[in-house]
Amino acid sequence: MPKTPVTFTLNGAETGIFVDPGLNLLEALRREAGDLSPKFGCGQGTCGACTILINGEPHLSCLTLAVAAQDADISTTGGLAPGADLHPLQQAFADGFAAQCGFCTSGMLMAAKALLDRNPRPTRDEVVEAISGNLCRCTGYDPIVDAILDAAARVQGRVTA
Amino acid sequence: MTIHTGRGFACINYPIGMNLGGDPSQALVHSTPDGKFMVTLSAIDLGQGMKSVCRQIAAEALGVPIEDVYVDTADSDTGPHDMGSFASRGTHRMGNAVIRASSEARAQMMEAAAEELEVSAADLDTDGRGNIQVKGAPSKMITVADTAIAAQFKQGRTLSGRGIFLIEPSGVDWDTGEMSPVTTYAHAALVIDLTVDDETGEVEVKHINSAYEVGRALNPKLVEQQLIGGAWMGVSHALYETTEPYYPARDHLPQDFNTYLMPGPGETVPHDIAVLERPAADAPYGGKGPGEMCANPVLPAIANAVYNAVGVRVDKLPITPEKILRGLQANGGAKPGPRQPGTPQ
Repeated sequence: MPKTPVTFTLNGAETGIFVDPGLNLLEALRREAGDLSPKFGCGQGTCGACTILINGEPHLSCLTLAVAAQDADISTTGGLAPGADLHPLQQAFADGFAAQCGFCTSGMLMAAKALLDRNPRPTRDEVVEAISGNLCRCTGYDPIVDAILDAAARVQGRVTA
Repeated sequence: MTIHTGRGFACINYPIGMNLGGDPSQALVHSTPDGKFMVTLSAIDLGQGMKSVCRQIAAEALGVPIEDVYVDTADSDTGPHDMGSFASRGTHRMGNAVIRASSEARAQMMEAAAEELEVSAADLDTDGRGNIQVKGAPSKMITVADTAIAAQFKQGRTLSGRGIFLIEPSGVDWDTGEMSPVTTYAHAALVIDLTVDDETGEVEVKHINSAYEVGRALNPKLVEQQLIGGAWMGVSHALYETTEPYYPARDHLPQDFNTYLMPGPGETVPHDIAVLERPAADAPYGGKGPGEMCANPVLPAIANAVYNAVGVRVDKLPITPEKILRGLQANGGAKPGPRQPGTPQ
């Protein structure tokens, strides 16, 4: 079966790849586009480790067909910090010890970014809801929720730490 | 329908490592030509912070800034042998091996510096900021970087060290069955406050109060992180998840995240932690580490709290609403145990 060309914007860069029609976007990003920041956790939309932003909305890339990404604007954790400075979410995660093994972190960051982009001053409950599709087996979640609230405060100039 | 409150207590003595076979760990340390140090291990950092702690330990034993120490782990092709990251042994076993390897590398570093400064190595000390000084005359000094360069390009000397930590393998006394499987224990005590709904069997853990004795907390934030996450896992083991729901039948064995329950970010439990530090004599700088103990006492404390709340003794995990309701039925209803002072009503 011939491969299908797909073009999209990945973290601000025009990207073109050739994919099998059934390939999911997670595999396409990792194998064809070379962005290893979205993680393969379960491959069935349960764990959230593969969360990316498509046109600003959080999506599970393992459940998204790569061909559906045509002309999309895709953001992944790989593009969160283009320069030397970490994104406020990354800095808050590091400062707040919100990662242990780190496998969920990429998806958590993107779910959190989607929240803060549309709601810069979320309540704790709103943060909990925003990451409720992302599983973590190490941290017990509270450090992650705290870090997201901390990042929101930093962006707002309300420094808590 | 009544919501019953209950309080449960559990404590734990937790073995650090396992003596059988001596439980060895090895570490290698070598300097790069610019005076940085690489610690090579084949033990694995599972996220608990073993890499960070070994980096701290190496910096302390070498006497150099922590920024100048790198830890390379988890490749058993390139690293020296290690039994692995299990049995709550990481900080204790790997840390001890790292101290020994670092001490040997430090001795060579001091010899190289002594040769450059034309003094005795015994008269030298590190300042922990990347310099080696003559004791009592700190202006007579050489940087660790210059020492490494001299060793590499002038003296033809390696600044490296090998370390192994092996404890005397424990045998069994065939008459008494006595043995000594471990050399040191960590300790914890934990109180759970929860509620049980006697109509639905639902348990809600309200609060965890814990005290952990982990030797010296070499990295207090990592210790706290591990204790928070471990308690969450303990709650999950106690009330939510099981790998074998119909043991010994293997039916409905969880295959993936979507086939068993665990608490989500909205079901976390407030947890107040006290860390008690009693440095252990045979531990690296006294640190034993929290290890697996961070999850374990949560389970019996929850089981005891459920018993205290409604009088149902569940002896199979997880403690599901179904098991509690069956217990209530067998007992003819809820039979709350004595209220302890301070138990929330």
